[in-house]
Amino acid sequence: MIKAAGLSKVVPNGPSQLLILHEIDLAVMAGEAVAIVGASGSGKSTLLGLLAGLDTPSAGSVQLDGVELFALGEDGRAALRAQLLGFVFQSFQLLPALNALENVMLPLELAGARDAARRAAAMLERVGLGERLAHYPKYLSGGEQQRVALARAFVIEPKLLLADEPTGNLDADTGAAIIDLMFALNAAAGTTLVLVTHDDAIARRCQRQIRLAGGRIVA
Amino acid sequence: MKPDTAPRANLPLPARMLLRDWRAGELRVLALALVIAVASVTSVAFFADRVWQALTREANQMLGADVLLMSDHPFAPDLRDEAARRGLARADGVSFVSMARAGEAAQLAGVKAVSTGYPLRGKLRIAPRLNAEDAETDAIPPPGTVWLDERLSAALGVKTGEQIELGNTRFTVGAVLTLEPDRGVSFFNIAPRLLMRLDDLAATGLIQTGSRASYQLYLAGARAAAAAYADWAKPKLGPGQRIESLGNARPEVRAGLDRAQQFLGLSAMLAVILAAVAIALSTRRYTQRHLDGYAVMRCFGALQGRLFALFSWEFVLLGLAACTAGCVLGYAGQALIARWLTDIVASSLPQPGWYPVLQGFAAGLLLLLGFALPPLLQLKNVPAIRVIRREVGAPRQSALAAYALGLGALAALLLWQAGEVKLGATVFGGFAAAFLVFWLASLGALRLFAVLGRAGSLSWRYGLANLRRRSRGNAVQIVALALGLTVLLLLTFIRGDLLESWRTKLPQDAPNRFVVNIQPDQLRPLAQFLAQNGVTAANSFPMVRARLTAINGRTIAAADFSDERAKRQIDREFNLSFMQTMPAGNQVTEGRWFTHEDFAQGAVSVEIWIAERLGIKLGDQLKFSGGGASVSVPVTSVRKLDWDSMRPNFFFITTPKALAEFPVSYMSTFRLAGADPLFTARLTQAFPNLTVIDVSAVMRQVNGILDQVIRAVEFVFLFALVAGVLVLYAALLSTQDERLQEAALMRALGASRAQVAGAQRAEFLALGLVAGVLASAGASAIGYVLAEHVFQFPWQFNAAIWFAGPLAGLACVGLNAWLGGRAALNHPPMLALREAS
Repeated sequence: MIKAAGLSKVVPNGPSQLLILHEIDLAVMAGEAVAIVGASGSGKSTLLGLLAGLDTPSAGSVQLDGVELFALGEDGRAALRAQLLGFVFQSFQLLPALNALENVMLPLELAGARDAARRAAAMLERVGLGERLAHYPKYLSGGEQQRVALARAFVIEPKLLLADEPTGNLDADTGAAIIDLMFALNAAAGTTLVLVTHDDAIARRCQRQIRLAGGRIVA
Repeated sequence: MKPDTAPRANLPLPARMLLRDWRAGELRVLALALVIAVASVTSVAFFADRVWQALTREANQMLGADVLLMSDHPFAPDLRDEAARRGLARADGVSFVSMARAGEAAQLAGVKAVSTGYPLRGKLRIAPRLNAEDAETDAIPPPGTVWLDERLSAALGVKTGEQIELGNTRFTVGAVLTLEPDRGVSFFNIAPRLLMRLDDLAATGLIQTGSRASYQLYLAGARAAAAAYADWAKPKLGPGQRIESLGNARPEVRAGLDRAQQFLGLSAMLAVILAAVAIALSTRRYTQRHLDGYAVMRCFGALQGRLFALFSWEFVLLGLAACTAGCVLGYAGQALIARWLTDIVASSLPQPGWYPVLQGFAAGLLLLLGFALPPLLQLKNVPAIRVIRREVGAPRQSALAAYALGLGALAALLLWQAGEVKLGATVFGGFAAAFLVFWLASLGALRLFAVLGRAGSLSWRYGLANLRRRSRGNAVQIVALALGLTVLLLLTFIRGDLLESWRTKLPQDAPNRFVVNIQPDQLRPLAQFLAQNGVTAANSFPMVRARLTAINGRTIAAADFSDERAKRQIDREFNLSFMQTMPAGNQVTEGRWFTHEDFAQGAVSVEIWIAERLGIKLGDQLKFSGGGASVSVPVTSVRKLDWDSMRPNFFFITTPKALAEFPVSYMSTFRLAGADPLFTARLTQAFPNLTVIDVSAVMRQVNGILDQVIRAVEFVFLFALVAGVLVLYAALLSTQDERLQEAALMRALGASRAQVAGAQRAEFLALGLVAGVLASAGASAIGYVLAEHVFQFPWQFNAAIWFAGPLAGLACVGLNAWLGGRAALNHPPMLALREAS
């Protein structure tokens, strides 16, 4: 599903260069759940951004579902994301002007789906928010916001789900509930999962862990 | 809960996005600003359109019609038939000069015979007897009756009810004619007036084949029909026929109308500027709040072009909706004002046309395009990686680059609204300079306050530190506030000064009687007569009647010129004058006033309007002939006249020696107070050859128009003032949420309500003070430029403005602080922080 080779990211840091990722090689099979773990600043989120084609590498390549990601332009990568990817973010990234239902409808609407409202409502029902469709993000708790984000990620039935510290902004109990929900949805849909976390307990629920330190894979 | 999106599911995505953003309150400030902007532009445009139509109609009263055809022979029937076919009302007139007699007395009278319905625009005024109160009338003299003006009544020594002879017929004097709306321009060629009905004319036997008479065809009706008729008739007119229109109507009236147009244009421009400021602030806020949403959508795979199109369509839909609402509100606003002012402005203002709607939509969409497109384009550059790394935003643009398109749009709109490059460029230049100066000055002031804020209480220090920390955002707010206040100060203080200066251009003690045909040996006795009667003569001017016969040695004829008025001038004698010093109200625009050399060799100074029409340039040699003499003199200067002044004005002034061979008479002016109404009769008895022209009626008419224009302009300004206050309020609200979050954070960190309020007070105090001082400076500078260089009024320093500016600034931010502070303190910190995340 994912094949990365020699992936490096260097950013200017004043007069010098800062190495964030150094020649990362990794492969993720379809249906596999992989955790990327490491301390803060180890390059986890940067790696995730590169795997999603949100950022461009200084060197190396990424293949997503057999397509060479960085041979595509910005819009080409966006089109590929629309086809393959679902996202869950640490800071939820719900649009404040849209209610729960509309937030979930948004990726469907952008893809031109005609039954967006019905599908989004059904998905919110599945994550336990069937009664809160018309609520705006600011009136939802952190856990509820992340459930909406999960519904938004799964509603387009992605082949690959990328999750960036999905429990980072939640307390332990809520975080655990969200992780349970995410794995349940993942198992039901047979989605490939790449999960960035610094929590080893969550990482252990994945089939495989890739550990980053100083921008390199150490385990 | 059931999804409520079903009815909207069929709407296109931009419409759904617009509805969602609207419902969430994201677009309300922007939409409100746009609605207010368009409403102020259209209400000004609607009202101005109606007032302008009314003014045009009023000015048409100077013609007595919407279209006036003049001819030296009777009109062919097709000109009348076509007018009837186009639904225009018609009245006919014949004017000629003839002797009127009453017993022993005989006097040359300017006879005017008119048909029922005359005048089609304006009203005749008559009095039952000499020196009695006059009143408007819709009638014309009844059969067998004539109306005489004061001069003719006095000259013939007749009272109402007595009889006079005209040609073969005897008529009863029915009334004293005090005002004809279409009284001619020239003060020098008019004989005293006798008005009679056209049906009675044949019996007098005065009009025979070959008689010298002028025929008038008065037409009036719908604006479009009248204009279409004029276009149709123009090519059909033969020699000796012409159409009188506003363009060649009286120069002093034209000057008043031109200035009215400038004032109305100026007030409309102020609304446009306010709109631009509000829209710029609102879109800035909107795009800042949508950076994350845009990145998320990019992350979902939405293509850049698609997203840009989505947002653009959303804005276009918003723009169309807001423009429609603005036009409706603008129409309602002007209707309300017009209704409220029925007694003052006009009994019935004409309905506005569609042009203001077009103007409103064009202005609204152009402003939206100019000020919303750059931030939207910037949104396009927001990288998708922002979803993971929040600190990554759109590449920063310089303020000038961001608003270059907006400023361009604003400049185009201002030029369009002004309808004149100089006025439009002056106002735009003034505001662009103010913008730049305000921006730099506010950044400097913020820096200064930050330094001052290092000492003092916690609230004070925190508040003033905020100024520096958010210097760009605060500078934007100061500039917006200062621009808004500048407009308000201009409207409240400078407007009064400008209008007052304009009103006083026509002095209350201006002469109201002109005496012409004074022989050189009568100058002294006349001065004595006036002095004995307690009347002070103003100036006496020599007058020489002569034709302009050649320019640079080439003999000229009417046929050489295309301009109708030029043709007529060439056919007639000019009233030339000669003098040593340039008369008051004249200004040399080219060349120089006479020098010693000119006095020795002879020279002429030409008025600019006639110079342009006759193609006369500096250095041209002009030949004048009249009374058996002729002279050729070079043009050494071109002069601009003050047509508002009611002074005698001369197209040509020569050096004294140049006209030494010509027969000369003099004219004099004086002001006659109402106390001695029979003075004119005594004067003409003492000096029978003198012609005394009463210009007070003409002045009343001009003054009436000026008063109406001033009131109209004041009302238009008043509406722009209300719009200004509303737009300013919207601009202040636009920074509300930023402060809300900050207050919540302070409260969450344990700051007391007093500390939060104190910090905001310190910040607002500084903002208001800086904005107010800048606004005072801006309004004074713009007022100075407008007075000195556009309207040409003497500028007077206004100290009050320097108190009002800072006070108004403090009041505005005080209101904002009160509203914002209350909101910040009453808003649960948790909610505000969650919104911020």
